[in-house]
Amino acid sequence: MNLYELTIQKAHQMIKNKEISSVELTRAVFDRIDKIDHQVGAYITLTQALAMKQADHADQMIAKGKISLLTGIPVAIKDLICTKGIHTTCGSKILKNFIPPYNASVINKLKRAGAIVVGKVNMDEFGMGSSTENSSLKLTRNPWALDRVPGGSSGGSAAAVSADMCLGALGSDTGGSIRQPASHCGVVGMKPTYGRVSRFGLVAFASSLDQIGPITKDVTDCAMVLNIISGYDHKDSTSVPKDVPDYTHFLKPGLNGCTIGIPKEYFEVNGLDPSVYESVTHAIKTIEGLGAKCIEVSLPHTAYAVAAYYIIAPCEASSNLARYDGVKYGARDKTQPSMIDMYRRTRSKGFGPEVQRRIILGTYSLSAGYYDAYYNKASQVRTLIMEDFNQAFEACDVILSPVAPTPAFKIGENIDDPLTMYLSDIYTLSANLAGIPGMSVPCGFSKDGLPIGLQILGKHFNEKMLLKVAYNFEQTTDFHKQKPAL
Amino acid sequence: METKITKEEIIHVANLAHLQMEDASIDKFAEQIGIILKYFDTLNRVDTEGVKPTSHAIFLTNAFRDDEEKKHLNREEAMAGAPEKEEGYFLVPKVIG
Repeated sequence: MNLYELTIQKAHQMIKNKEISSVELTRAVFDRIDKIDHQVGAYITLTQALAMKQADHADQMIAKGKISLLTGIPVAIKDLICTKGIHTTCGSKILKNFIPPYNASVINKLKRAGAIVVGKVNMDEFGMGSSTENSSLKLTRNPWALDRVPGGSSGGSAAAVSADMCLGALGSDTGGSIRQPASHCGVVGMKPTYGRVSRFGLVAFASSLDQIGPITKDVTDCAMVLNIISGYDHKDSTSVPKDVPDYTHFLKPGLNGCTIGIPKEYFEVNGLDPSVYESVTHAIKTIEGLGAKCIEVSLPHTAYAVAAYYIIAPCEASSNLARYDGVKYGARDKTQPSMIDMYRRTRSKGFGPEVQRRIILGTYSLSAGYYDAYYNKASQVRTLIMEDFNQAFEACDVILSPVAPTPAFKIGENIDDPLTMYLSDIYTLSANLAGIPGMSVPCGFSKDGLPIGLQILGKHFNEKMLLKVAYNFEQTTDFHKQKPAL
Repeated sequence: METKITKEEIIHVANLAHLQMEDASIDKFAEQIGIILKYFDTLNRVDTEGVKPTSHAIFLTNAFRDDEEKKHLNREEAMAGAPEKEEGYFLVPKVIG
């Protein structure tokens, strides 16, 4: 087996037993990147010199018997999580040369746990998109089919994990941006409960929806990374002061006593691809066969989630992105003699079309005369969507559904049709509106060999139940072990 | 087709957001945003009479902390990314004409 193919757990064991060194492992990952990333295009920035130095340091620590959960493990970071001294572009021209003066809290946590940052990976600009095609810096391809998108917005993270160009990665999820690319690339992804993981140093898109989470090769690795990044942070006033359990404890066989809910509305969605329907229903049967009880539940406001989300998220984005003014950091257009024209030119040249579209949508929805009809109405519908979940979770422990209506689509297929692109987020964005945790695990392949994911949703702070169901399913299948031919 | 948003409105909103649209993209934006706004009308089918709006999905009260001095970025570090600066200040184009 090639070292770059290792899971985090396996690599951790081998490093601990001194069967391999971190330097060997990290070098193997960079060799892999050298060999295939010209095809995939996952990385925006590589930090090889620094990573090799850190790997050497990790090996010295291991020699002294000082080993943490991620000591010497090479990971990739979505390029909107601030890394001190390392470019953090958000996939945007406006931040192309931005070097943060501080680390995001999750980066400090990863470093304390011994992880090695391989580099920063591509994404839709500021997280706005479902295909990574909205990156202003480069194109990322799906490792399973190079003419298809990897999903988005954490497309670089999912592609890098899927193609073995890192052992695990961090992504962020505002409306499905971890789960959907994980599904499209055949890897595991989790959006934790809102407030579980600190957002300090995560460049804001929609602050009430954004959450950082792991993208990994299997469920065990997901639990390991979640152990490290979770927990209260005084620097994020929306992070929740709640104890973090050892999530790996819940990776035990047996689903007796667990009730799974199947939302009937999710299977009546227009455009649900037959191969997705088949894989997901088959997965549900498998989980039932493992001892879980299966019931039908109803989420009656499902049909309104896309509209509510695409009002709320752009409203928050238009406010958050007001900070890019060419003054404090980021690019500035220097051709204009007046302040106001400098702002306008800087922003128009710096933001790509989708970001500008969302700023316009958000500004319009918040402007005088429209606030009640759009933002307030959407926020009321958000309450109803939350109540739907509360009611459903009175009868079940987790909800199972597709992650996306179709497998990965072709590059360029939806780029000029923003509404169609938005509608493809139907299964994922309700979890962000309700703040609940959601996960994607590989559950099959289409006829063309494209990966399909199963979504598992749970109650607030019930990540352990998601992991337990996912782990049990994974133990009986080998979808997660299959690799793209590159 | 009924237009949900006119070219003039796009220009007005762009101005509010400090964006300067190129003529070529205004028409495309008006059309695309018009389609999206029309889709938003589906929300009118939901009865929200008396429903409280949600702006934050997790119940949290104000997050207070002690008023203690802590180490933070110094001026030079904080300004390291500024496109133009002079003697510890951000430099900007003329504000008042």
